[in-house]
Formats: sequence, structure tokens, C-alpha cells
Amino acid sequence: MSLIHSLAIMLGREPAKPRPEDYSPEAKALHQAKRACKMTPEQREEINRQTHEAHKVHTWRNRRWLTLLVVNLLFVASYRFDVQLIEGALTASRVIGFHFADLNSALQVTLAFKTILINLVIGTTTVLILWWLLGGRSFCSWVCPYHLLAEWAEALHLKLAAKKLVKDHQLHRRTRVVLYVIFALSALASGYTVFETISPTGILSRAMIYGPSWALTIVVFLLVLEVFYSRRLWCRYMCPIGITYAVVGAVSPVRVAYLPQDCHHEGECRKVCLVPHVLDVTKKGFATRMHSGIGADCTRCGLCVDVCPTGSLKFEVKGLDKLL
Amino acid sequence: MSQSPKRPPPPAHVVQEARRRFLRSLLLGGAAVGAAMAGWLPMARGAAARLRPPGAIDETDFLAACIKCGQCVQVCPVEAIVLGDIGEGFGIGVPHLDGRAQACDFSCDAVQCILACPTGALTHELSKKEEVRMGLARLDKPDACLARQGLGFKGQARGTDFPGLHRYEKVDRWNPIRIADHPYDLDLCDLCVRECPIDGAIALVPLSTDAADKRRTPEIRQSCVGCGMCEMICPVEPAAIVIDARAQWRPA
Repeated sequence: MSLIHSLAIMLGREPAKPRPEDYSPEAKALHQAKRACKMTPEQREEINRQTHEAHKVHTWRNRRWLTLLVVNLLFVASYRFDVQLIEGALTASRVIGFHFADLNSALQVTLAFKTILINLVIGTTTVLILWWLLGGRSFCSWVCPYHLLAEWAEALHLKLAAKKLVKDHQLHRRTRVVLYVIFALSALASGYTVFETISPTGILSRAMIYGPSWALTIVVFLLVLEVFYSRRLWCRYMCPIGITYAVVGAVSPVRVAYLPQDCHHEGECRKVCLVPHVLDVTKKGFATRMHSGIGADCTRCGLCVDVCPTGSLKFEVKGLDKLL
Repeated sequence: MSQSPKRPPPPAHVVQEARRRFLRSLLLGGAAVGAAMAGWLPMARGAAARLRPPGAIDETDFLAACIKCGQCVQVCPVEAIVLGDIGEGFGIGVPHLDGRAQACDFSCDAVQCILACPTGALTHELSKKEEVRMGLARLDKPDACLARQGLGFKGQARGTDFPGLHRYEKVDRWNPIRIADHPYDLDLCDLCVRECPIDGAIALVPLSTDAADKRRTPEIRQSCVGCGMCEMICPVEPAAIVIDARAQWRPA
């Protein structure tokens, strides 16, 4: 998938089936071979049920939750117990003395203050390199404390939805692009870091480190909305931080790769995904290559890697296999 | 990508869902923007200025430049700095002090908060406590002032439960201790002058020319930095002396 295409889908374009000329000969041959293999839907259903039954792993989820907790607890411990490894909060910090600045917070400050601050330039460069290497939106799923709470809220939402007690009300994915522009322009025009007022990431990070605040009501309100009204409302359709890191992640070497060879196209990966549009490629007949990275919007959370029983989705470092 | 003219129009329920989705996006997106913009209300209401940490630049610029990380909070040895909550609107996560509860007594010597600030919202142009201008002290309730009544003071300045800290150089050069652990016995109350961390910022001057008249009044001088130490230590309730945050010295 081209970079432009990947960014366009991240910014809200609906993914579509590729044109016939987009397919590589190998991919074309594979799709033909798969179509030739006839099975009744019932047979296919049964095979899929059995493979998923036999494949219940949470390897990446557990690694990720542990990382997220450790990173955030390091912030807390650095202050509370004077460990001084990561001082500050997620908006800006010093990691063993080195400046780190959240890209989105730094952008808000720069637009509002209209001055290039050398420490912020240093801090954002460090963070930019770090998250470019680690996959951009991997910040969201591996570090952002709101993401973890939202995952638990999502689990509750899905339980209630299965009992038909709640229904997922989707928004247009373009919403967060519009919000991104509005927040950037309002910082520029007003001279205030407008978005920080409601940023659940900043609010949660500060609350953990410096003690609870009334601002947490915003976080609670969002979580309630996500449980009862709209699945993953904030991360999917609203958060500007996600866009900032998705742009970085579009060109990251660490990515989730899709190999259609053994895929059953049963679509379990798309059901667990925060950003299922990046997994459109896993639909039957959609893969144009035998090996491709999924889109910029991917948070590298690994839920699809965990759920996939055939190893068709896996983490990889782009170019590393060639290097070794 | 574009729809070919041959394709039939989408069924009614798809069109309806698309319209609802658009309305939901508009409504909830608008609500998010509205909630963020509501941060402007406390600004517009023009509440009394907050006492900002040493080195804070002009208030409007300060709110813009502060990245709301609290690194200044972390380095303060007396934990004088607290971050604004949601009620501060755009000032959420921005540091301020409540001088009466815990003043900045410059225990850190080197204005650590300024050094910690990653954005220069606390300007790095300052390096000494004498250069700081947080505000100015003002004798708010002259009639309550013990010195002006010629009275002394005995005991803990703010009672035995007061958690506030102060570094007493004669007790421990390096560590601030609780004010409650440092009782006084003074013939004439001079706490605001005695504990002021800036030389010559405040002095007690006689109220009359009569040498037998013990009464003195605290006089604030130009070198006052507005750190709040006098307000914190003032033993009367409410404090006779207060800080006007952001106030500038004007020749009388």
C-alpha cells in the first residue's frame, strides 16, 4: 500500500477493494487458488471455530499492558519516591536528564506561544526519533494511560452489546481530522493550549503523578460514553494525539505485516482492532502483495497478532530480515 | 474509488445511517470543541491573578508557553507549587502557589523550578532569587498586625497542626522543617521581617517618634519579590500581610 494511500485512509477515507492492475502476479495466483478451493460456509465456519478455540493467546496484550503500567508507574515513582528516572508528566518530561516532549503538546504550545523553544525542539526530536523507530501510534496503545482504561471500557461495552443492552454508535472517522484542525487553529488564534483543557492523556498522567483532580470527571464522562454509546469514541474518532503519532508511524520500521498465504479471512482480527480500516487488506481477495505492512493508523497493539491463529499477521522490523 | 453510474443507489437504511452518523459526528465533535473552549470562561471572568512560581513570564504568554508537565512541582523542596485543576480553564495543569499555605522560601537557593521548566514559561533569564518578581507584599489588615499594636508573639506561628515548611538556616542549612516545629518567643512580633528570604525587602519602622513607643509597622521595599513568606508566617488569622500576585513596584 502506498504511503499516500495509507495516510488518506488514516485521515478518514474509506478503504476500497484494489483495482485489478494493483495485484502482483503471486497475489493474483493465490486469490485464484483460494477461490478454487470450494467449501460450504458451514465447513468453513467449523474450521474457523476450531482453530480459534485452540488459539487463545494474549502474549502481546500482556506485554503491552505491562509496558504501559511500568512506564506510567515510572513517572509516578520518579516523583513520589524520588527515583528521578522520568521526571515530569506525559506532556513533557526528562528521561534520565534528557528532554522529552509529547509531539502534540509541543505543537499546541508552539502554536499558542508562537515562539520556537530550543528545549522543546530537543524534546520533540528525541520523541520523534523514538516513536518513529517504535511505530508512531504505538504511543497510544503502549504508553497512553487513557488507552488502557478505554480498553477495559470497550470490553464492558462488548459484553453489554452481546446482551443487546447497548449498541455501538459510530462516528465519521473524518471527525478527528476536523477536530485536529480546529484545535490547532484555536491554539494559534487564542494563544491558549485549548486542547490540553480536555486532553484525557494529560489529565490522567498528571492525576497519577500529582494526585487526583476534578478534571478526571472528563475522563469518567468519556469512559461512560464509550461503554454505553460509542465503542472507543475518543481514540477512534476524536483524539488529535493519535493523528500526530499516526503521521510519524506511517513511515516506521516497526509494523504489523500481513501475509495472505495461510489466512482464512474469517475477520476476527478486524473485530478486535481499534482501527479496523487498516485491516481491510485481510478481506478475501483484497491483498495485492504476498507481504505488506498495514496502514499508518495502526497502533501496534498486537491484538490482531494475538487473535490470528494462522500467523498471517505478525510484528516485524522493516528491512531487518534483509539486514540479517 | 468514484461510484460508477451503473451502480444502483444505496438502500434507504444505508443513507439514513450515514446521515445519522454525520449528525452524531457533528454533535459529539462540537461537544468536544465546546468543552475545550469552555476553558476560556475562567479567563473571561477575570478572577484574581494567581501567584505564579518564580520567573513566570507575562500571564497570557505564561499560559501559552507552559506545557503542563509539573516538572517545577517535582523539584520544589518545600512543595510550594501546585497545578491548576479544571476550574482554571485554559490554566489546567499550570503551576501556581498559595502563599498562605506554603510560600516559596527559596530553600532551593538556585530557583530550581526555573531550571526544571522545559519551555521557558519560567524564564531562564533569572538566576538569583533577588531577580524574581512574583508580586508584592501589602499590609492588608494594619489593625490586625501585632507589631503595630506593640505586641510580641510566643508559640508556633501558625499553630501546631500547620504543615507548612521553611528552611531555618540556623537549624538546618540544607533541609526545610515544619514551621510548627519551630516555636518563637518574641517581645515584639517581627516574623515577617525575620523570615523574609530577601535582604532588605521588608523592615519594621517606628510608628511614632516617641522612643518609649514599642509599636512598629512593616514597610515593604522595592526589593520585595512577592514570594509569600511573610503571608505564610504571619501569626494572625487571617494574615495581616498578603501578596498581590503579579503586582509591580510603583514609586509612592
